[in-house]
Amino acid sequence: MSGRRILAMTRKEVIQIRRDPLSLMVIIALPLIQLLIFGYAVNLDIKHIPLCVYDRDATQTSQDLLKRFQATDYFRVVHLADSYRDVVRQIDYGVCTVAVVVPPQFSERLRSNGQASVQALLDASDANTANIGMAYALSIVQAYSERVQIDWRERHGLAAVAAAVTFQPRTWFNEDLVSMAAIVPGVVAIVMAVVGAFLTSLTIAREWERGTMEQLISTPVGKLEIQIGKLAPYFVIGMMDTAVCAGVAVWWFGVPFRGSWTVLFGCSMLFLVVVMSLGYLISVTSTSQLGASQLAMLATFLPTFLLSGFLFPIEQMPVPVQWVTRVLPARYFVFILRNVFLKGTSVRSMAGQLAALAIIAVVLITLATRAFHKKLE
Amino acid sequence: MRILQSFARVGHMLRKEFIQTLRDPHTRFLLIGPPVIQMLVFGYAATLEVKHVELAVLDLDNTQESRELVSHFSASRYFEIKRHAARRDELREGIDRGDFLLALEIHSGFAQRLRNGQGASVQVLVDASNSNTALVALGYFSQIGSQFARDYESDRLRRSAPQLASFLPQVELETRPWFNEGLDSQWYFVPGVIGNVMLIMVMMLTAFAVVREREIGTLEQVMVTPIRRWEFILGKTLPFLLIGSFDATLISLFGTFWFGVPFRGNVAVLALGLTAYLLAALGLGLYLSTISATQQQAMIASFFFIMPMITLSGFGNPISSMPAFFQKLSPINPMTHIMVVLRGVYLKGVGLEILWPHIAAMAGLAAILLSVSVLRFHKSLE
Repeated sequence: MSGRRILAMTRKEVIQIRRDPLSLMVIIALPLIQLLIFGYAVNLDIKHIPLCVYDRDATQTSQDLLKRFQATDYFRVVHLADSYRDVVRQIDYGVCTVAVVVPPQFSERLRSNGQASVQALLDASDANTANIGMAYALSIVQAYSERVQIDWRERHGLAAVAAAVTFQPRTWFNEDLVSMAAIVPGVVAIVMAVVGAFLTSLTIAREWERGTMEQLISTPVGKLEIQIGKLAPYFVIGMMDTAVCAGVAVWWFGVPFRGSWTVLFGCSMLFLVVVMSLGYLISVTSTSQLGASQLAMLATFLPTFLLSGFLFPIEQMPVPVQWVTRVLPARYFVFILRNVFLKGTSVRSMAGQLAALAIIAVVLITLATRAFHKKLE
Repeated sequence: MRILQSFARVGHMLRKEFIQTLRDPHTRFLLIGPPVIQMLVFGYAATLEVKHVELAVLDLDNTQESRELVSHFSASRYFEIKRHAARRDELREGIDRGDFLLALEIHSGFAQRLRNGQGASVQVLVDASNSNTALVALGYFSQIGSQFARDYESDRLRRSAPQLASFLPQVELETRPWFNEGLDSQWYFVPGVIGNVMLIMVMMLTAFAVVREREIGTLEQVMVTPIRRWEFILGKTLPFLLIGSFDATLISLFGTFWFGVPFRGNVAVLALGLTAYLLAALGLGLYLSTISATQQQAMIASFFFIMPMITLSGFGNPISSMPAFFQKLSPINPMTHIMVVLRGVYLKGVGLEILWPHIAAMAGLAAILLSVSVLRFHKSLE
């Protein structure tokens, strides 16, 4: 091990990176773009669901009910249908996701039988939006129903009691329920996985593909020195990205930051070591850049995006998949990031996650060093 | 004669590409492995459903009414009571550790207030670090709450004024989820994944294949052969169109037979839509190859496109919930259209009469992308 040789290796890599300033800029801008998209476009809070209304009753009562749909933020009335076929058409064309149909004699029935129902037709090809839309519609109709009951009680001289149970939610950690706050940790993890594994895997696969790896090997530089020297610049880029992400999230989007910056950067470094070792392992086992990039996609981006629990809750996945997530570094990192950003809990409470990351790092580094050794022979 | 020669040259080029792509077992795996794995992971992991949310209960009232409320929760499939706490601290600690996401705290005097008709309140502690789950779960809470209140009310009315009880007016909502009666998340995500995987595959393969020749220096060698430029482009892109079609078929079959997602539309419509989409992806890949000199650049550039394209396509979040600016932008994203086509064909079973504008839009985008990149490609060779 010689510091000079490592430095020489690093300098070579830095020169190569600097030759291509555009790519460097893109790498640093990537987290910004992702944050902007997630911050402004992909609000997981579903609102303004396009609604189509078909009022076959057309009375004051039915209009009262439908006005409640207009008054909320959850729905946006985009169409007033005049026939049932029209409703079907609107849903088929995707103009509206939910259609509320008030049957004829709605108010008549409500007055005489006390029982009346309205229909909600949902385009459930988007199951999630349909599910949420259903809940919104249900709560609107329930609220209306309660109003009707209260009026009725007053007319019949019964005590106008509201025995309703109300829930007073006290939301912790993300008081305003902004999805941005929940998403930022995931974005940080994705960006680091991409920068760490993708770029790393390409940088070594490139040497193999161009045949310059043999030249490197013939120099006195050792394999560990190649490893460290080549990865050092990307490590710095990865940490810069983390800083950019965290800075923009906290100061631009106002995501709460309750933990300590030291813990954030310390854990990020550990995670970066893990993903870089993974990228390194991928690059020594595949000889073309195409192969390396596809494998890196499968091994880092995809699991970080889907299985880390940042977008899709792990508890909701099938049990075998939950087991798979246990070997994924991203899962632990997202947990740690959520703790650092939103909960501000102590390092001790995430000792398990940190240990898991450290074990994965050791395993990957051992594997990568071995695989590289074989390649030289 | 010249056309025949030209065909022959494209044929040679095709053979070269196929040999190059298929000779390496690594690459052969890459053509089938990643799409199938992505399909499996998406199919199983991507669910926004919220069921069996872990809940802790602290019942300080301990009356028949409070137990009745708790049993409303345990009966619901949305919640799973993980712990009956005895002290308030347990709730706080459990949420901190992540043992449960929600905690219900029923104060003493709950039943008394209900009996007096005052309206009782119950405290709910929510770990909102996953805001989506928290939001949905809170929605379920209010549903269960009003259900409980309603049951309690009619029960009481039956005892106090039985003659009136049956006339208590009520408005019900009948819900009819069409196309996906069980509101199954898989049915929503699996067709979308086809569009997702195809974009990533075809765009990256195309971009890498061309840039690779440039990076290794074999592009010059190809250019000194009598092959014409358009023949070269055709020979370069056609294999990926074929591979893309093969993969699309493979994972479409996977979606139907493995995940059991219904296929209600017409295969021909799907094939037409996917072809237009693949051409657009090819065009994009070719465009990337003209702006990047190394494969690393191509990778970074493709990421630059893939991420926004996927997130803004309506793959995971409805476009109607996005800000107006992004909604206006969405028609220039070919993925937006393929999502409509895929879900339309798979789940809704609608045909060309409804989907043609989307297929036409993709074809138009493909034409623009291909001609721009072919023009640029010519220049980049000179």
